[in-house]
Parts: sequence; structure tokens; C-alpha cells
Amino acid sequence: MNTSSQIPVTFSVTKVRADFPILAQSVNGKPLVYFDSGATAQKPKQVIDAIHAYYSSYNANIHRGVHHLSQVASAAYENARKKVQKHLNAADENEIIFTAGTTASVNLVAHAFLRSRLNAGDEVVITGMEHHSNILPWQQVCHEKKAILKVVAVNDDGSLDTNHFASLLNSKVKLVSCTHVSNTLGTINPVKEITSAAHALGIPVFIDGAQAVPHMKVDVQEIGCDFYAFSGHKVYGPTGIGVCYVKQSRYSEMTTWQTGGGTIKTVTFEKTEYVDGPLKYEAGTPNIEGAIGLGFALDYMNAIGMDVIAAHEHELLVYTTQRLHEFDNVEIIGSAEQKAGVISFNVKGVHPFDVGTILDQQGIAVRTGHHCTQPLMQRYNVPGTVRVSFGVYNTKDDADRLIAALEKAIKMLS
Amino acid sequence: MATIAKTENEIVEDFAMFDQWDDKYQYIIDLGKTLAPMNAEWKTDERLIKGCQSRVWLYTELKDGKVIYHADSDAIITKGIVALMVRVLSEHTPKEIVDAPLNFIEKIGLKEHLSPTRANGLLSMVKQMKLDALALTAKN
Repeated sequence: MNTSSQIPVTFSVTKVRADFPILAQSVNGKPLVYFDSGATAQKPKQVIDAIHAYYSSYNANIHRGVHHLSQVASAAYENARKKVQKHLNAADENEIIFTAGTTASVNLVAHAFLRSRLNAGDEVVITGMEHHSNILPWQQVCHEKKAILKVVAVNDDGSLDTNHFASLLNSKVKLVSCTHVSNTLGTINPVKEITSAAHALGIPVFIDGAQAVPHMKVDVQEIGCDFYAFSGHKVYGPTGIGVCYVKQSRYSEMTTWQTGGGTIKTVTFEKTEYVDGPLKYEAGTPNIEGAIGLGFALDYMNAIGMDVIAAHEHELLVYTTQRLHEFDNVEIIGSAEQKAGVISFNVKGVHPFDVGTILDQQGIAVRTGHHCTQPLMQRYNVPGTVRVSFGVYNTKDDADRLIAALEKAIKMLS
Repeated sequence: MATIAKTENEIVEDFAMFDQWDDKYQYIIDLGKTLAPMNAEWKTDERLIKGCQSRVWLYTELKDGKVIYHADSDAIITKGIVALMVRVLSEHTPKEIVDAPLNFIEKIGLKEHLSPTRANGLLSMVKQMKLDALALTAKN
């Protein structure tokens, strides 16, 4: 497994937990153990307070007003863009487009970039471990253009079959899209190598970072990808805000997609001249408090340190995996060398829904089901899995509570 | 044959004995385990009620003017609740079934399992049981 740097003695998970008001509650009479951060992370009071402060003291529409509040709100919104740029180490703040989330980012690139470049018989390469959101927009455009969606095989251990990937690259491929970290298996994919291989043939690359940005330092220049997407709500920020990083050199190849207020220089009934840069793709009043909240969420993570978060969560992942191995009848799905964020498992002969229900009765929040990766479930021939996903606030005690609750669930259900 | 309301009351009384959540769930799990297995040939895609998580199959037939339900699920807790529904509604006339208010699930504290967000197929199953009964009323 991935080895991360040491956790500094200054890191206190107790102190971190105190930042998250929601974690103090009980569920079904038991103290809450929140192991569903892969679905959405909880929010620290720093983010909640930032949103409260925005609505209490400087709510106004942005980029449109001469008045004071509009200036303050516009500056805060653009400052959030700079924070995202810095966080991803993008070369320029104009490479950061705010969207509604990762799904919206995929749709943006599918329609504003891929659609006009795709012809009948062309190919788009994705992997067998993609979330539905990184399948459907490409599939839809492929259907429309009579292009072919090619899928990279997944090895039994949950790693990507890189030989198969290499064999799928050819001049007909117009885009490669790959998840950075699998939301179901936890596999960290070699996105830098994938990007290099695709670029060697001039193929642009989209990376779905929804499950990576919460857990590790991401550097888009180091990866070299053309597009990179993530969601605010999985990085301790608000829902309804996300990011689509677009490498500067790709902007000229993008067409307009959703148009409207805020995207233009001049409009007549005959024609419209659009602005350049991210605002062209942020039609209408954007999610202002979402962007500001996201900026504060990134500040929060950086104050702890991405390396510290990665090391802490890695320790939890290893510990929880070891403890799950104590059960003879628990099967972990996804045991790739490089993993982050999640552990998927099943109890032999027991439906994941039943396990999740009994865990919930004991105050343990996990996700069960197909995790929006039905093709991957078919690959492993399971109806679903129980998924434990980690956040910076989780503890070894949480893992022990899970194991005790699972022991009880197995006793009841077997 | 007891009325639907009487069976519902019996179940509510049974569940009133359980002080602890685990006793209640163990009972449901055991009910799921003892539900008569459904004829494999009836477990077709068209009889499948798709929930996001667990799947439920329902086969309905009319015998001597009474509706007989056969049901199954791939999740045992869902199957246990399915068994309760079959116990309450099976062997009644279509009209009795269509008219039944069916509030025992709420009374035994399992309302959350019939929530549309639970996505376990149970809510759709209850609707389908009534729809099947309605269709049989029309046939009758």
C-alpha cells in the first residue's frame, strides 16, 4: 500500500473533531461513527461560519454591481478561484472553472470540448472502475456521434490493467477519461503515466478527482492532464459547487455550452461576443457562497496539511483493513497496492443492505449498494458492497466501533 | 380467516414485546429465513421490483376469489418485512386488500424501511401488491 509521511505530533484528531459540530450527536441512541465521507464529507465550523458570514455581511450578486457589497462579494468569489488554483497548483487562476460539482464538470467537457471533435467511428477511452458520472456524459455524446466507448479492464485486485489501457490507445481515440481514485475500490490510478501515454499520441486527458482531492495533494501540472474535476462537498465544503480545471492551451478548443448572463462582452439579437476564460462557462448567477465556502474548506485542509491528512487516513485504512481481516467470512473488494479513502467489503452469503441496516442501528454510518458503479459490481459479480470511507475526523476508535458492530451484524445475519 | 386489521394487530402486539432493537431485528431476520421459498420460475425480471439496493420479487394469483401472494428478496431484512406483508394481505379478497389502510409497519417502528429514500424496493412492493389486487378485482 501507499506509504505516506509520518503524522506530526502536533496533529490532534480530537481537536479536528471539535471543529465538526455534527459529529457530537447520537444516532439510534449510540454516538455517531461517520464512515460515509466518500458520499459527502461533514463540514467544519470554519466553513459553516464563512457561509454564515457571507449571507450576514456581504451577500450581493457578483461581477455586475458598482456598489460596495457587490465589490466585496466579487472579490471573495475570485479569491476562492485563486485558492483552488493554488491548491491544485494550476498555472493560472483562469484555468479554474466553477461548476455545480464533478458531474457538471464531466458534462461541461463532454459538451464544450469533446462533442465538436468527435466523429463517427472515433473512440473515447474510460476505465471499468468509473463512477456513473464519468461514464454517462461520454456515453451520451458517443451515442449521438456514433463514436465508440472503450473500457479499460480492471484487474482482480482492483488495479487498472495498464497493458490493456496501452493497447486501446490509437489515432481514433479523441479523449481518455479516468478516475484518480476509485470511489468503490479505493484504487489510486497512475494518472501521471496514463496522461503521458495518451499525450504521446496527442490524446487529451480528463481526470475525475472527486475521491482524490479530499485525501491527497494533487498537482495538475505534475500530472499534466488537460482537465481535472472535483466536488466541493467531498472536501469539507458546501454541496452544489465543484471545479473543472482546464489547461490554458485547451480553452481555444472549447466551444460555448450553457450560455447566459455573465458570459458575454456584447449582445445584439444577431450575435453575441463572449468573454474569454472561466466566466464564459459560468452562465447565470453562480453558487457564490459555495465557491467562498469551498475556498475556506481548502484553507481548512491546508491548515492541517494535505500530507498530514493523507498520513492519518492511510494509517486508518491500514488499521481498518487489518481488523476486517480478523473475520474469516469478510471479503475485501479492492486490494490494490495504492489505495486511498475507502474500503469496500462484503460478508459472505449476506446482502450488503442487511449489513448496512444493522450497522446503522448501532450508530455506524456506512454506504451500501452499487456506489454508482454498476458495471464494476457486474465485474465482481456482487449486488453491491458495504463501503467504509474515511475523513480527517475518523479515529481508530471509530474503526474499533465498526468492527464490534460488524461482529454483531454477522452474528445476527448468519 | 382473521381480518387484515386483526392480523395487523397481532403483529403489533408481537412487536410490543421487544424492548431492544436487536431483538426486533433478529425476529425480522428469522421471519425472512422462514418465508417459504418462491418458485424459481416466478422469479423473472418482469416480477422484479427494483429497489436501488435490495431486490424484491412478487407473484400474485387468485384462488377461490382470494388473492395469494408469493414474494422473495435477496436481502434478508427486506425479506422479513416482505413476509409480514404477505402474512397480513394474503388470502383476502381483492377488495379487502385494496381498502386496507395498512398502518402496522409504522406502529412496529419500521416506517423508515418504507421510506422512498430507503430504496430497498419495499414501498414499491406494497404499491404493487395493491395494484395486483386491483387488477384482479377488475378480472373478477
